[in-house]
Amino acid sequence: MSSATGIGASVKRREDVRFLTGTATYTDDLNLPGQVYGVFLRSPHPRAALGEIDVSKALKADGVLAVFTGQDTAADGLGDLPCGWLVKSKDGSDMVSAPHPPLAVTQVNYVGEPYGLVVAETLAAARAGAELVVTDFTELPPVMDLATAADAAPIHEGLANNLAYDWALGDAAATDAALAKADHVTKLSLTNNRLIPNAMEPRAALGKFDPASGNYELHTTSQNPHLERLVLSAFVQIAPEHKLKIIAPDVGGGFGSKIFVYAEETAVIWAAAKLGRPIKWTADRSESFLADAHGRDHVTSAELGLDERGRFTALRVRTTANLGAYLSLFSSAVPTYLYGTLLAGQYKTPNIHVETKGVYTNTSSVDAYRGAGRPEATFVVERLVETAARELGWDPAELRRLNMIQPEDFPYETPVALVYDTGNYQASLERALELADYAGFAKRREAAAVEGKLRGLGFSCYIEACGLAPSQLAIQLGAGVGLYESGEVRVNPTGSVTVFTGSHSHGQGHETTFAQVVSDKLGVPFDDVEVVHGDTGRVEFGLGTYGSRSLAVGGSALIRASEKIIAKGRRIAAHRMQTEVENVAFEDGAFISGNQRMTLQEAAFASYVPADYPPDLEPGLSEKAFYDPQNFTYPAGAHIAEVEIDKETGVVRLVKFVAVDDFGAVVNPMIVDGQVHGGVAQGAGQALLEHGIYDGDGQLVTGSYMDYCMPRADDLPDFVVDTTVTPCTHNPLGAKGCGEAGAIGSPAAIINAVTDALGVQDIAMPATSEQVWRCLKEAEASEGC
Amino acid sequence: MDEERSSMKLHITVNGADRRLEAPPNTLLVDLLRRQLGLTGTHVGCDTCQCGACTVHLDGRAVKACALLAVQADGHAVTTIEGVGSAQQLHPMQEAFRDCHALQCGFCTPGMIMAAIDLVEHGVPLSNRAVREGLEGNICRCTGYHNIVKAVLQGQKAMAAADDKQGAV
Repeated sequence: MSSATGIGASVKRREDVRFLTGTATYTDDLNLPGQVYGVFLRSPHPRAALGEIDVSKALKADGVLAVFTGQDTAADGLGDLPCGWLVKSKDGSDMVSAPHPPLAVTQVNYVGEPYGLVVAETLAAARAGAELVVTDFTELPPVMDLATAADAAPIHEGLANNLAYDWALGDAAATDAALAKADHVTKLSLTNNRLIPNAMEPRAALGKFDPASGNYELHTTSQNPHLERLVLSAFVQIAPEHKLKIIAPDVGGGFGSKIFVYAEETAVIWAAAKLGRPIKWTADRSESFLADAHGRDHVTSAELGLDERGRFTALRVRTTANLGAYLSLFSSAVPTYLYGTLLAGQYKTPNIHVETKGVYTNTSSVDAYRGAGRPEATFVVERLVETAARELGWDPAELRRLNMIQPEDFPYETPVALVYDTGNYQASLERALELADYAGFAKRREAAAVEGKLRGLGFSCYIEACGLAPSQLAIQLGAGVGLYESGEVRVNPTGSVTVFTGSHSHGQGHETTFAQVVSDKLGVPFDDVEVVHGDTGRVEFGLGTYGSRSLAVGGSALIRASEKIIAKGRRIAAHRMQTEVENVAFEDGAFISGNQRMTLQEAAFASYVPADYPPDLEPGLSEKAFYDPQNFTYPAGAHIAEVEIDKETGVVRLVKFVAVDDFGAVVNPMIVDGQVHGGVAQGAGQALLEHGIYDGDGQLVTGSYMDYCMPRADDLPDFVVDTTVTPCTHNPLGAKGCGEAGAIGSPAAIINAVTDALGVQDIAMPATSEQVWRCLKEAEASEGC
Repeated sequence: MDEERSSMKLHITVNGADRRLEAPPNTLLVDLLRRQLGLTGTHVGCDTCQCGACTVHLDGRAVKACALLAVQADGHAVTTIEGVGSAQQLHPMQEAFRDCHALQCGFCTPGMIMAAIDLVEHGVPLSNRAVREGLEGNICRCTGYHNIVKAVLQGQKAMAAADDKQGAV
């Protein structure tokens, strides 16, 4: 069915009304009878031994009910917060995982690490109580420098050094040999700046325990409540799964940072049972800066070899990735399987070898943030390609065309373990060149020069692996969970449909798009389909929303469940029509055989009131499916940035940004465009504004919006976005995923534009006005620029 | 507790209703709205008066409710997102946000709409650039602002049309 509300239509979002009118329900908006408030004790030191924690004054303060410390959680047998992906070093050994207790017990390892929880009748009393706790810290020297951290004195007792793993992928010998023979080698040393995700809703938790039933209920800001329940049950051992309900109500953005199971919600749900009162904790923004998992933070050296005709012959990449003080839930996979595997990009580079050292430092954990590994890979590849083009005098578009994997090459097996199923990279590049008016750039550059401005243009042709993931492959590579998704389609007795999905929506608009998918598939009115998500008490299971996987995996599960509904409906209809099932077709919401017709609604009613009904068929019309993808999906596209730099101030203005993306089949173009806009803004933030900085003493100096520069409306232009389509070959929707592309492609395009404008080989991200001004002054001094 | 002894009496018009309230003198306006009055559409996104998620109107002008003490609203009129429109009848600016897909997670949205309405009501006719500069005090992490700017310009037209209609009546 194609209609104003079906697949492909820009249906306005049904969830919007509650957000627009202030009636949405975020975790902090909820209150429970008897509720009290929690405030965390956090380390002011980057590394210190924890001595005595004197809580006596705090306990005497008005309204304070309890102070829990790491000693209490340890004594109660709470397990550690796990890392869910076991990465092996190149010598075959398992990664070295430092123990991560929910509340620090003997040592604190980053500024802001929680080591206690003060609970009081009011938030003010809890805050005042926390001030009265006297903690005996013995400061220890922190390890802060990423480049040298691996071999520095170990931050964790009992570990040999700070190396969590030394991972490699690809053929080292062949890559070395090809580089040695290359006609030209382009070399870059790159830094991928540390980012702080900053979803606008700070993390929060509201935990409750019912002693009569033994049931725990946790409302929290999660992208994947079932995964949270699994971890809290199986690893932390809060309670068995059937006694633990997790609800992620309206969640104000995630971008990866709300995938992970954190210390705070763990301590809150545990303490709520100890105290016998519901406890609420809501992070203030300062806590978010300190204790949310951060993103990126790599240093890399990379070399691209080319032959005399400009063909890429080899790519060698050496990366050191900051993992922070503890391995967060997916952290180990981000700079390895979500990074090294993407280094082929869109090109037929025959030899690739990558090594990643994952290291511990005395900083907050680093884990998946929008793009997660793929922006870092794209940055390496696309900075190298652009630089190679400049060094060799190639048009950067032409050098890319020459090396791109062509439509006839699919399926294409890369030298770094992936098989791309489909794509047409040149199609998105050509469309982007047209939209960017590439041909007119020289004139625009001249016009800018007349005004005393420097104009530059940069490309980024990215690839990503999304739709995580074929479970068996992921588990072989170390994943601790499968990566399928569950869906249930329940046709109610009077024919309306309730859809249950394991994919949580926290801005993506699933309540609309998933209803479009099911309404389209079953031929029932869009308004008759309701989507339920985010509650482990209502939805059977789910792996959650991350890695641009919701539609490709979660949506596919709903297609499979809908197919089962149709299959059962055909049996009901065949019985009523006194014919064989093979003779019954399903079209536009109705079962048809000859001139007989039975709507899905009629079949549903017949299934619940089974008077004239197949004797061997169960009543009811509700079906479930678990969809496990056969492969990753491979969204790809071409981004072109144009910048203008003021020579006097160094201010970089992003004057135009073109994104042409291939997301496969699109369910709701309006929502897809919005996802690209947001992703590009975050990528522009990385390229030009944002930087999470710890000083040498281990203090986070970018701990508020006064110091951490978020992109604001006047930092950005309108974006020019378009799509090309090669449908994914292996899922029923043909969808590839669109959530991360903007953040993956854009940093390289923007930095390529900035370096083009400045006429320099490299500039570190973020290219702030200060950085650019310094670069201009240095160039002036050496008679450049 | 001391808090009760030192509570101050407040008389504030909230969304058109006369409210006589009591709160300790150090209570922020945003906390009064959220915790005491249950008006949870006004959000708290930061602790440095930077993000604008808590934007409300004080006597018709946009203010950050985290930057005001509740006592500073004593004797004044406060309008929150709940007082702007309803599910049955959205304000033209709310309608424009919906029509332009100018929201994703929704957390910054109430503050954005309060700021946008003030921009339109108290500014000169807005250009794309003027909207961007006017919303500089409101952070959105989801939309990249593209559709928000589009919505504010569309909302401006719709508000003018609604005014004309009202004027004609």
